Amino acid sequence: MNMRLQWRTAWAPRIPDRALARDVALVCLADMIVGVSFGATAVAGGLPWWLPTAMSVLVFAGGSQFAAVGVILAGGSPVAAVAAGAVLNTRLFPYGLAVPDVTAGRWWTRLLGAHVTTDESVAFALRHTDPARRRAAFWTCGISLFIAWNAAVALGMLAGSAVRNTAAFGLDATFPAVLLALALPSLTDRRTRAAALGGASAAVALTPLLPAGLPVLAALGGLAALWRPRRRPERAESRRAGRRLYRAMGRRADKRPDRADGRGADRAPERASGRKPGRRAEPADGGLAAGGGR
Amino acid sequence: MPLLAIAALAAITYAFRIAGPLLTGRVTVPPAAQRLFASAAAVLLIALAATSALTTGHDFAGLARPAGVLAAGILAARRAPFPVVVLVAAAVTALLRLAGIH
Repeated sequence: MNMRLQWRTAWAPRIPDRALARDVALVCLADMIVGVSFGATAVAGGLPWWLPTAMSVLVFAGGSQFAAVGVILAGGSPVAAVAAGAVLNTRLFPYGLAVPDVTAGRWWTRLLGAHVTTDESVAFALRHTDPARRRAAFWTCGISLFIAWNAAVALGMLAGSAVRNTAAFGLDATFPAVLLALALPSLTDRRTRAAALGGASAAVALTPLLPAGLPVLAALGGLAALWRPRRRPERAESRRAGRRLYRAMGRRADKRPDRADGRGADRAPERASGRKPGRRAEPADGGLAAGGGR
Repeated sequence: MPLLAIAALAAITYAFRIAGPLLTGRVTVPPAAQRLFASAAAVLLIALAATSALTTGHDFAGLARPAGVLAAGILAARRAPFPVVVLVAAAVTALLRLAGIH
């Protein structure tokens, strides 16, 4: 009995509590506006109906759908479109690690549950600690959102193809507005804000110069550049010093002490001084170190 | 080709989604990496918002669209409800164009 009830709530909760139903409905409504905007933008930009439809069913991740379609509408290559969409979806990986319990059970709940893992369904799951309620919240939100999202995209495509002059209605402004509204809440700390501002400025400045789609990806470079100065100096310095010491010690252990000592003592300062002016060697070294450190 | 691109994006997205549950217990994402993912997503979204607000193709988009997006951005920053944000963006842009400002 208990098992059956649990299993049932796992994928289709019969009696979701009222608060949950209301909250999920509100989230669905908000997302439907994004979906309508997505569908309308896509067909108004001249894309065939099946493209936004297939994307919404198969990709089912609003931000990345917008990103990919935005790149394509701007005339960018499919590779750039996929790259932009994929970067946005990397966050789904830690989501899966955060709430693995809600899709546990049968193999098909795993497969289906993975597909309805979204910002919203994970957020709903994380609101509860009780396993059954977590599952109910996740699945109610995930399934409802999937239906609402795809219906909204279809609705948007109808609207987009019905309205002849979408520019007169300002429809082209809804796309960046949606992106802003999606991104602003995550700009909580100063460094991310700085990275976003720098990246966006770079992307806009590069738009007249680079092929479409690339400026947005280039914005990610701003992220790395802005990240370095704060963390790197002392760490990289100590790492370099550590490596020098390690090298010297290795030699001392491997070879005859007298000879290695002389070489090690000779070489370490030589290397250090040789590296500092040679700026070319530094980024590669620092980049690797930073990548490994994270 | 776009169909192939959609399939690729769908496959990559699904891989990100299923990897978490499959690897759970074996892998933990360090908080720094999680922050990096989140920041990368934010940077990308803002860059896309900026370029799509300000440019059309390789050129400047005109005044009406950026004005609408700016109004929406201010409302979004003040935590206005989502539908309001989107509608204001369209309304401001449409009204400016109606007034002859493009």
